[in-house]
Amino acid sequence: MTTITITFAGRTLQARDGQTVAAALIENGVRSWRRTRHGGRPRGLFCGIGVCFDCLLTIDGQAAQRACLVPVRDGMTLAEGATAGEGRDD
Amino acid sequence: MTEPAADVSADVAVVGAGPAGLAAAVHAADAGLSVTLIDAGIRPGGQYWRHPDPALDVDSRAGHHDWQTFASLRDALHRHVENRQIRYLAGTQVALVQPGSPFRLHLAVTVPGAAPEHGALVTAVKAADLILCPGGYDRQLPIPGWDLPGVFAAGGLQALLKGTRTLPGRRAVIAGTGPFLLPVAAGFAETGGQVAAVCEANSPLRWLRQAHLAAQAPAKAREALEYAIGFGRHRIPYRPRTVVIRILGDREVRGAVVARVDADGRTQEGTEREVEADVVAFGWGFTPSLELPLALGTQTRVDVDGSLVVVVDDLQRSTVSRVWVAGEATGIGGALLARLEGELAARSLVAERTGQPLRPRALQYRMRRSRAFARAMHAAHPIPPRWPDWLTADTLVCRCEEVPVAAVRHAVDVLGATDPRTVRSLTRVGMGWCQGRVCADACARLVCDLTRRPLTDGALEATSRRTFAAPLELSRVARLDDSPTPEDRS
Repeated sequence: MTTITITFAGRTLQARDGQTVAAALIENGVRSWRRTRHGGRPRGLFCGIGVCFDCLLTIDGQAAQRACLVPVRDGMTLAEGATAGEGRDD
Repeated sequence: MTEPAADVSADVAVVGAGPAGLAAAVHAADAGLSVTLIDAGIRPGGQYWRHPDPALDVDSRAGHHDWQTFASLRDALHRHVENRQIRYLAGTQVALVQPGSPFRLHLAVTVPGAAPEHGALVTAVKAADLILCPGGYDRQLPIPGWDLPGVFAAGGLQALLKGTRTLPGRRAVIAGTGPFLLPVAAGFAETGGQVAAVCEANSPLRWLRQAHLAAQAPAKAREALEYAIGFGRHRIPYRPRTVVIRILGDREVRGAVVARVDADGRTQEGTEREVEADVVAFGWGFTPSLELPLALGTQTRVDVDGSLVVVVDDLQRSTVSRVWVAGEATGIGGALLARLEGELAARSLVAERTGQPLRPRALQYRMRRSRAFARAMHAAHPIPPRWPDWLTADTLVCRCEEVPVAAVRHAVDVLGATDPRTVRSLTRVGMGWCQGRVCADACARLVCDLTRRPLTDGALEATSRRTFAAPLELSRVARLDDSPTPEDRS
């Protein structure tokens, strides 16, 4: 197993090579990484298989990526929110 | 980063690399047809044979009951990829299907760089014949608090456990109905978590009445026995006729309120109690993914479990010429049945193309037995008809557009909507990121309950149609070639 480093919301996190972005975040204790646009409700992983789009976030500047599908890569930069304007405020 | 785009052609396009699609692709290639296999996942196997990346150094086979079957299909796939009989597009979804001869499938990348061995990025596939094996996903009912982080679809929790042995919490409640709850709970415990309860809305007694059918499927009976032993070892409490009626927590899950219910799902007074948990997983059976068959105009029906499925004949042919459908899309029936259907679809297609005789009886016999077993399972695990009673006015029906129950009731009671499609137009339920994949089924049920109308295929179909089966950039939509193919003009 190879440990790699990713950046999430400015924090440096360790992840296991071969994991999805969602699994890496969850293993780092992060359970939500987006807020809904009306109620500001926290969203993270739900369906886990690419169907529900709850787990969207911005990966290396690319908006609206599904964290449950994309594997982590060393040096990957993750930003909260499906789009740049949808980041968290707390 | 722009890669050269390419269109490719094949005799057959197979969509989905789960049990049905793998079997279909391998059998079609065995017969000498050129096959393009398109799959959203990075590795073949679908949800059923989901397994960790080799980089993780964990045992891929753990938790799988028929790994050998998968291993031989996967090896056959790799052989056919090497000899260029199968073009395997992993990490790719069909975003749009255009009818015609050939069919044109427009692709979207789900995982950038997942299939680098193919060089040029394939953007469209032309194929004379289609075998659609799109699988399905967990069916959900809205429950108060079900959008809190820490609530998962049962399959999503299992994907974490099977995919990377990731434990998303310490203590879980697994709830809903059906035998799928058992492997999810067992997987959570085996990965080191504690299962506070498995809440099964129905009664196992209903299942025992169908036991003679289980006896016809000895592999299934053995699986059930293994779970029973596992539950004993991990001290997992199994609660029949029990449901989660509310999830507790502010920013994330801290517990669940469970209650005993009668056969119709009415909660029994005085049986409510709080269970501490940081994970709640729900599964209420499965919803087949029907975007592509519906876009092509295949006939549908409501199956015994209340889900919308594609009508196929005894050779897996849909009502649309040159379109075969196999696996969960023709009725939720599990991996074995899906694999048999995939094989039959390919063999039936090959027989039509070559004129060689097809001897389907042995396959059809095994399929009938599997289907009978699935029907018995569905009969024992219905969605409790009174589930709408568990809802509160502010329970979100649509997680994406944040549409509460009150808005759906308002659309029916005040605005006079009588069908799910009108409710969708009035409330935006099912019009967000997921396009109703998660809530359309439940919303149709809720509207039919409020209007006291039976759940029909029309009600389900109206909210299951999606022009785009996956998100596609507008620039690509603008460039779509909608000119008729030569065969269309003739």
